[in-house]
Amino acid sequence: MATPIKELALVPERLIGGHRLCGGCGASIAVRQVMMGAGPDADVVCGVATSCLQVSTTIYPFSSWKCSYMHNAFENVAANIAGVEAVYKGMKRAGKIDPDREIKFLAIGGDGGTYDIGLQALSGAAERGHDMVYVCYDNGAYMNTGIQRSSATPKGSWATTSEVGAIRPGKSTARKDLTSIMAAHHIPYVAQASVGYWKDLVSKAEKAFATEGFAFLNILAPCPRGWRHGLDQTTIVGRSAVDTGFWPLFEVENGDWKMTMPAKTRQGLKPVTEFLEMQGRFKHLFKPGNEHLLVEAQEDVDAYYAYLKERCGEA
Amino acid sequence: MTHIKYTEQTTIAATGNTFVTEAFRQVEPDALCAYPITPQTTIVEKFAQLVADGDVATEYVCTESEHSAMTATIGAAAAGGRAYTATSAQGLAHMWEELYIASGLRLPIVMANVNRALSAPINIHGDHSDIMGARDTGWVMILAESPQEAYDNTIISTPVSEDLLLPVMSCLDGFITSHSIMRGDVAADATVKEFVGEYSPRDSLMFGEPRTVGPFANLGPTYMKVKKAQRDAMDRGLEVIKRVGDQWAEITGRSYDHVECWGMEDAERAIVVMGSAAGNARAVARSLREGGEKVGVVKIRTYRPFPLADVGAALAHVKAVAVLDRAETFSTLAGPLAKDTIAALFNAGVTVPVRNYIYGLGGNDVKLEQMYQVFDDLTKVDGDGIATSVNMTPRYLGIGPCSYEL
Repeated sequence: MATPIKELALVPERLIGGHRLCGGCGASIAVRQVMMGAGPDADVVCGVATSCLQVSTTIYPFSSWKCSYMHNAFENVAANIAGVEAVYKGMKRAGKIDPDREIKFLAIGGDGGTYDIGLQALSGAAERGHDMVYVCYDNGAYMNTGIQRSSATPKGSWATTSEVGAIRPGKSTARKDLTSIMAAHHIPYVAQASVGYWKDLVSKAEKAFATEGFAFLNILAPCPRGWRHGLDQTTIVGRSAVDTGFWPLFEVENGDWKMTMPAKTRQGLKPVTEFLEMQGRFKHLFKPGNEHLLVEAQEDVDAYYAYLKERCGEA
Repeated sequence: MTHIKYTEQTTIAATGNTFVTEAFRQVEPDALCAYPITPQTTIVEKFAQLVADGDVATEYVCTESEHSAMTATIGAAAAGGRAYTATSAQGLAHMWEELYIASGLRLPIVMANVNRALSAPINIHGDHSDIMGARDTGWVMILAESPQEAYDNTIISTPVSEDLLLPVMSCLDGFITSHSIMRGDVAADATVKEFVGEYSPRDSLMFGEPRTVGPFANLGPTYMKVKKAQRDAMDRGLEVIKRVGDQWAEITGRSYDHVECWGMEDAERAIVVMGSAAGNARAVARSLREGGEKVGVVKIRTYRPFPLADVGAALAHVKAVAVLDRAETFSTLAGPLAKDTIAALFNAGVTVPVRNYIYGLGGNDVKLEQMYQVFDDLTKVDGDGIATSVNMTPRYLGIGPCSYEL
């Protein structure tokens, strides 16, 4: 399935340079790898929810998009691209589009636009079975508006609306398990990936684009600004999230759950503190008196990993 | 369900929603994205049957909300197809954000709105609360009095929206028009197809060079220029609607006027009204005329853009005006149609007393007695000392003992 890197390198960029995303932005890396999965010749129509990715790539009169692109609003990119896909089907049926022409429909949202405000439109589009790929680039907060917490923000994380103070140690609740929620829609393809593991991500994007029907990719896309790590650390942090089991890699293909963790993790996961200590958003967890929070963080990772292994028949 | 395949203009008896669905079927948009809501429901139900029977090529998307219905309609229109939808009340309110996006992106979209009360308290019956919340969203709005007009307005909406690059709302009153059966004439399918023609979008996500639709216009005057362009398009609206309406009249024999006048040649007292209640006003005016009273009725059919000059001209020679509003906007001023009418009178230099009435909210019965009362009230203001004032406080009709007994 996986296309050799030499061929991937020849896939023309659909999101080109010159945009205003931050150095080290995980979103642009995610888009690049997803677009590689579409292949060199695909006719792609892409929609993006209101997000960093949207505001930074289409500052009028400029656009960084070489494929057709649409922004509508924050909570509805799934419905917006569903409408594009629907009219394509209607016009094909009416003979208004060349029957040999095939268009790939792609919707991209951040975690705020997907886990939170866009969940309904996403669920509706998935249930209706539109032939499209939905990509959530998950950086665990509303980064575009200044690092406010979302339902993807991890427990214990600092965010500007889940502040760390004298009596509160950041966000008190666990993040929503959106990938499992999407798997519960029983759509043909669901996968979780990280920009830290490009080969796994590109291969999942290839599967998603090849899927007939609705495909969902949840991609961990570290944000140096919000996570408080160096601009050159993005993919390293993205790898650590996987290696520690904080963000396990898996896919659900036609109801078949499968772990796609790197082989080295068979020897055991690294402690989650390795992932947490790379980032300023968790630094309060390492202060004296907060040891129990680190213990809890490890317990949560272990519990989720055990749940996933069970779903994947590896327990 | 079977439907009639028309070969020529055919007379049928059907509900307003059936007439609207016939218009939808005949235009056969590329996508219809909608969510069911009372009293619009029978439109999407009938359309679902057409889809199930293979009578239309339209892709029907039954969305999970009206927000997604309008969003998907916008996506479909931006992609380069003809895109339709339909809603009512809470549905229209739920679309609010997207109404501005549809008009701001300059997308030709047609939406049937079956006018209904807004919650709270929840009420499924007809009034204009929903559409008055959408009157400033950049949509062309045409209101039907009857099922026949609902059909004609819906067909006219397609060429109007594609000429102006503005979305068009074809509105009919919930239940009174949407669910009452009336006779009307329907053109042949081929006639409608030819009238609306093949659609070639100006811009499209699917055809021609790749497009970026909906960029970030955050710097400089770009945003303001876009708003000015929308305004300019709306300013052109009256001319375009009239032209398309006249073309349709040539085919059907049914004329289109932004403002329809009855008895206004020499009327001294006039009622200004929109939608289904116009018939009640006209019936009462006719009976008063028989008794020698000089009364008339001005019905507004095109509401956005507002036909300022036509309204002013229609009321140029009256001595007193009553404006009936089927929505309360809580502004502590007069109702929305009254404010628009007062602007038209001021614009035409007509200074006559104006009285405002709120009627028929939540489907409250619009009785002939109410119209008699309004015309009677106007006899007390024309020509006397109080006469010159514009009373911005509306009177509520039909919620207490009516002072005028039929």
